Order: sequence, then C-alpha cells, then structure tokens
Amino acid sequence: MNETTLAGTPAVPVTGAVADPFVVDGVELSSRLIMGTGGAPSLDGLGAALVASGTELTTVAMRRYSPAETGSLFQLLEDQQIRVLPNTAGCFTAKDAVLTAELAREALETDWVKLEVIADEHTLLPDAVELVDATEQLVARGFKVFAYTNDDPVLALRLENLGATAVMPLGAPIGTGLGILNPHNIELIVSRASVPVVLDAGIGTASDAALAMELGCDAVLLATAVTRAQNPVLMGEAFKHAVIAGRLAKKAGRIPRREHALASSAMEGRAEFL
Amino acid sequence: MNIRLNGTERSVADGASVSTLVSQLTGRSIGPDGRAADGGKLGVAVARNAEVVPRSQWHATALADGDDVELVTAVQGG
Repeated sequence: MNETTLAGTPAVPVTGAVADPFVVDGVELSSRLIMGTGGAPSLDGLGAALVASGTELTTVAMRRYSPAETGSLFQLLEDQQIRVLPNTAGCFTAKDAVLTAELAREALETDWVKLEVIADEHTLLPDAVELVDATEQLVARGFKVFAYTNDDPVLALRLENLGATAVMPLGAPIGTGLGILNPHNIELIVSRASVPVVLDAGIGTASDAALAMELGCDAVLLATAVTRAQNPVLMGEAFKHAVIAGRLAKKAGRIPRREHALASSAMEGRAEFL
Repeated sequence: MNIRLNGTERSVADGASVSTLVSQLTGRSIGPDGRAADGGKLGVAVARNAEVVPRSQWHATALADGDDVELVTAVQGG
C-alpha cells in the first residue's frame, strides 16, 4: 500500500534506506551512522545506545591492557555483531599513529583504521603534515585508512590521492557539538571526492547529522552527541532517523532557495467575499 | 629479570616468552600460534621496544632484561 502516491508516482519504499547500503572498502553496511564508543559512563548504557542507533560500525581506542576492565567492550561488540574501527586517538605524530595502527591490526584483526593525528590537546584539530605522512605510511603497509581531517577540500583530495579509503572531515572540533561550521567546504569536499566522505566530529544533535547527509556525505560518525546526551538511547534512535532522513532528502533533491514567496495554493477559483 | 610493562617495572622469569607474559596477564592459555586455546578472541597486541610483535611470533620471542613492553587492548573511544 506504500507503493504509489496519490499522484501515481512511485513512493520511496519504507525499506529504501536498507536498499541503499553504505559501501566502503567493498563492505556493505546498511546503516550510514558510525557510532563511536567514547564518552559513555557505563558499558550497559553504551550497548543500549549502540543498538538504538542501528550502527554496524563503531570506533574504539587502543589503550594499555588492564585486567580489571578488559573483555567487556570487546565482548559487547562481538555480541552485537558490530564491526570495529580502531582509531589512533591521542597520537600527535605519524610515528605514534603508525605504531598504534599496527597494534590495533594485531589486536582486532582488521586492517581498517580511523587515522587521527592531532596537533594539540586544546583544539584536538588534525595536524595536516603528520596526517599526510601517516596516511602515506599506513597505505604502504596495507591499511585501509579512514582519515580524520580538517574541513579542507585541498587536504581531503590529497589524502584521497595518497590512497585513503575514506576521508572524514570534521564538522567542528571533537566534542564541541557545534555542528557543521563550514557547510560550503563539506559540499566542496563531497563534490570532488571519489571515495566515501564521512562527516566526523562536532555533531551536536540530530539536525546536524541530517544536514551532513543533505550536503552529500556518505555517512556520519559521532560519539559524544549520543553518549553524553541526557538520554543516550533516545538520542541514538534520533540519529538513526536523522541520517536516513538526510540521505533521502539529498536523493530526493531539495527545492531551490528563492528570494520571494511562492504560493503553493492556486489563486484561481477562490471564493469571493463582497 | 626485570622488564617494564605498560610503564611499570615487573619481574619475569629469565627467558620468558612474550606468549608466557600475555598468558599470565590475561589468565588465558595461549597456543603456539598466539591464539587463545579456548578459541575465543584475545583482543590484545604487544609492542616490545616500540616494535609490534605479531601474535605468530609471541611463542618464539624471548623477553630480555630491560625490555620495554606495551600490552594494549580496545577500550571505549570516539
């Protein structure tokens, strides 16, 4: 019954989002939301939020093994069958990032890595020079590099040309929730990229994620916006729908912006009141 | 002999292998291929003196006095 609209044109089937997988490195993911695991106060809460978000890919960090707290996150992701994308968070140099990626590949048996090389702890912004160096080294070592980058169209293209599997421009600095500060640059990155573009970092609420998709991004990566929301499960679900809505809107094609009003009701045939 | 493990001094038996150390720390029995004998995933990796030791080499790699060893695993992170 959802097959046609009144006008007789085909409607978007309710399963439209599932039939439109996010394909990266030949892997099909039915969700275009990548949810990070950072910032959650408890593992139980995190698990529920991950499930509510519908994500099939989640980031983890690599840290020193501590017998007390081990196994559970790893087990949680195994149980939920969520693919793992290890990151190199906390690395300030290409050298550290490469070693961290090697450890992640060994520990988690995946050659996917979210490459994060930050300049300083105050801004957490990517260090472009180290990022380029690390991308080159990791690609040469057979990694599939998901490069977390500034919203710089020139740098994004350079990373792609170096062999990055996906480029992941920030919307705003990590954890700020400021949304997408430079939508024009994100659009420009998308228009020139031939690898997937994932909006990463800065997302505050559902409309930011919808906007990222409307700008043409292939997926959205976020953590804090869900894990530190007052109700992470509800927010996870909100993002699930936001990403689908934004994607559908992008594919549907928005109306052009106009300077002046345009009536949608016909003027002809109005009743006249004397 | 003494090594540094995750930044802390630790005493280990002379000639102990990386495999022995990982087994002690995780409480899991580890086969010669560097995989858990129980069939589950270990989810850890080892760097020795700032170089990754692949799990396939854990058994054959003997620790030396003064080695700097990092044992890492996946934790929550954006």
